Amino acid sequence: MLKKRIIPCLDIMNGRTVKGINFVGIKDAGDPIELAKKYVQEGADELVFLDITATIENRTTLLQLVERIASEINIPFTVGGGINTVEDVSNLLNAGADKVSVNSSAVKNPSLITDIATTFGSQCLVVAIDTKFEADEWKVFVHGGRTPTELTTVQWAQQVEALGAGEILLTSMNNDGTKGGFALDITNQVSTAINIPVIASGGAGTKKHFTEVFEQTKATGALAASIFHYGEIPIPELKEYLHTKNVAVRLT
Amino acid sequence: MIAIIKYNAGNVRSVQNALTKLGYESVITDNRETILSADKVIFPGVGEASSAMNYLKEKGLDKTILDIKKPMLGICLGLQLMCNYSEEGDTDCLGIFKASVKKFPPNDTVPHMGWNNFSSTSGVLCQGITDTQDVYYVHSYYAEVTENTTAICNYIVPFSASMRKNNFYATQFHPEKSAGIGTRILQNFLEL
Repeated sequence: MLKKRIIPCLDIMNGRTVKGINFVGIKDAGDPIELAKKYVQEGADELVFLDITATIENRTTLLQLVERIASEINIPFTVGGGINTVEDVSNLLNAGADKVSVNSSAVKNPSLITDIATTFGSQCLVVAIDTKFEADEWKVFVHGGRTPTELTTVQWAQQVEALGAGEILLTSMNNDGTKGGFALDITNQVSTAINIPVIASGGAGTKKHFTEVFEQTKATGALAASIFHYGEIPIPELKEYLHTKNVAVRLT
Repeated sequence: MIAIIKYNAGNVRSVQNALTKLGYESVITDNRETILSADKVIFPGVGEASSAMNYLKEKGLDKTILDIKKPMLGICLGLQLMCNYSEEGDTDCLGIFKASVKKFPPNDTVPHMGWNNFSSTSGVLCQGITDTQDVYYVHSYYAEVTENTTAICNYIVPFSASMRKNNFYATQFHPEKSAGIGTRILQNFLEL
């Protein structure tokens, strides 16, 4: 049986892991390589690294970091942040990333999705969607959640699937950093509207939140950051818990 | 020396990283002599079947692969290209395994992406692995179960998780991305 994936996310800034609340208030959370290795040992199913500074000066630092990650860990990992061209993707995949994640650049230029998918295959392309519930609607936001767009979330998800995305990483900005649980309604709407895998993100605070998102939506993965970084919920304990609740997880 | 076949498919690097960690020297190459003189060959692959087959033919690698006498391990698209035919891009493949590659019906999430187990029917590759242990898959097409199948995974339909014919071995999953279990499977192959 296919297992539900538990995915720690590491936000990267100048080579360090950081964590903010509701996309602001950045705190240092450790060395990415050390954290990554610890998560692999604990049984994380995949890892996501998001370069939240993503400036041109930082690209070389990021590529070097990706090379080090690839040589140290033996589970799949995704790298996102500041990807604007097919060449950016090529550099990251050549450095050893298994998948890349695009967000604002896909909204600005949807054909980038098709260009990446046809060049490298859909399996390596995650489209990240930051969404916020406002005025009775789930809308898509870009630029780290600062800029609203006209796109409604379910329609955009359907469009990126049609354009060739292999997977969707759906983050609810209303829930992110609150530890009040995942946004079950929009996660369910998106995951039932499309046929590619959806990773739920934003709001994980307790083990029960993970059971909820896997029982009440079709998400096949759940992503979290701070609860893992600060050791609030150790991954083995979370997986053992999910196993007792009859959620299929990989036990190591 | 292990030869990793170089062609226009991603993720060749992670295979090499895994071999380095296990203490094996490897070279990424499309040179016929280097491939045929290697102790073992790995045929990795992530990508699309028809463009991959075209590339192999352009470089003469299709003939080289069939001439390999040492153990070869195909991974993911590698396994699919070793079959007779793939529905992906309506592609005639290498014809090592008597099997067709088909697209998963859309009855569940496709691609089949993530960790799943398999039941081993025979074979040395998956020796020591039990059916409660998971390996990492990511694919939208699958090879049907045939006489060459050595392990079966169930997702929407039963399909070949691993295959073997003579010196040709293959896995649909990615051993290089399957943590400790994958390392064990790679080791089984490298110790053949």
